[in-house]
Amino acid sequence: MIKIEVDMTLCQHYGQCVFEAPDVFKLNDDDKLEYLAEADDSERDNVESAVDVCPMQAIRIVE
Amino acid sequence: MTDAPVVIVGASMGGLRTAEALRRAGYVGPITVIGEEAHAPYNRPPLSKDVLSTGVSHEAVAFPARAATADVQWMLGSRVESADLDARTVTTADGREHHWRALVIATGLRARRLDLPLITGRHTVRTLDDAMALRDELLPGARVVVLGAGFVGCEVAATARKLGCEVTIVAPGAEPLLRPLGAALGAELRRRHEEHGVVFRLGRTVTAMLGDDAFEGLELDDGTIVAGDVLVEAIGSECNTGWLDATELDLTDGVLADAALRAVSTAGSVRDDVYVVGDIARFPNLMFDAVPRRVEHWNIPTDTGKRAGAVLGAWLAGDGSFEEVLARGFTPMPAFWSNQFEVSLQAYGLPGLAEGEPRLLLGDLSANVALGYFRASRLVGVVGIGLKAELLPYRQEIAEHAARE
Repeated sequence: MIKIEVDMTLCQHYGQCVFEAPDVFKLNDDDKLEYLAEADDSERDNVESAVDVCPMQAIRIVE
Repeated sequence: MTDAPVVIVGASMGGLRTAEALRRAGYVGPITVIGEEAHAPYNRPPLSKDVLSTGVSHEAVAFPARAATADVQWMLGSRVESADLDARTVTTADGREHHWRALVIATGLRARRLDLPLITGRHTVRTLDDAMALRDELLPGARVVVLGAGFVGCEVAATARKLGCEVTIVAPGAEPLLRPLGAALGAELRRRHEEHGVVFRLGRTVTAMLGDDAFEGLELDDGTIVAGDVLVEAIGSECNTGWLDATELDLTDGVLADAALRAVSTAGSVRDDVYVVGDIARFPNLMFDAVPRRVEHWNIPTDTGKRAGAVLGAWLAGDGSFEEVLARGFTPMPAFWSNQFEVSLQAYGLPGLAEGEPRLLLGDLSANVALGYFRASRLVGVVGIGLKAELLPYRQEIAEHAARE
């Protein structure tokens, strides 16, 4: 498993992470980010890409 | 020299992402990144916002280091002066020659400056050091003159106003953000800035700067004077290509590259061992057409760095995968964001390609809104204020056109 943290004080809900890891991140009906705090190892590459594309640099994988 | 490193010139986001992509592509040989700034790669969007308003340090904006690139050699605070593509070397300001097996050009942009004496009080916002120098002067009551009404100018104006400064924006256009967004949205953003007390002097150019040792104000072309304590020059940028002047590369507006980010010479020949990434890469994006363009949006250093790293990694591997990697398409979706006061703006595509004024897609201008930017009958860009998920079908529409053409 990988652990995922999003700094919600930074997150602007732009949703770029959703394109990279749609099974981990989503925008809800209120345009707010929702995400899984834990995901399968097979999601690691997708979540790494989500880390890269976040303009607020709010996402990190907890190692 | 197969034992020479891959040398990446430019230690910002594009250089970092290229190094990471090289490792991802399986390249285990040496990588050297040479950067003029003293800081390890950091995220620039906060420079016009949080770095000015909350006094955060480099740590808060630095990109996280990854284990895969732990053995990359970083030469920070080191400026490359020239390159010799035949000898496969670059030369740094200290006179040292650095051999390379492959070269990645990632030197990006610098802020354009007024051609006037560098007196106290003149600022720009391109680097972390720039932003830190400016924030020391953004004191409550300080009179701040922002020259330029693009994204950087408007964001700095909003931040300075929130800090209690008196802010005047001077710009030659009829509205702020006129070229990227069009007149209607520009006028609406001006209105929102004015509600917060920002003063605009639009359609005006600078005829003189006042102050002998310290900035005192600007004289405009209508003879009026805008008095101020601080000048922020937000008048665009210039490409850092001077170190490549002696090469045969095509340096017309940045550095020309093909869709694999390989550098192209003035004669049209392509180098498999020289790549261009980030803001200075002028490359074709078949999502729109075959015209090579520079794109200064935030996602481009990452997208071009990943693509260049994958292609170069395959070339270095020499295992026959190069042609297959080259043949993959490269159609990155341009994306950008801006925060000014309560306005949260998000955009996809290239609104600047639009012919004519944008069309209203959703909402209305005075509240949350989405505008569509069309070339011929085709959607080439969408800009939203206060909308997020509602923009995604339009993003999809922009991308699907690419697949069809």
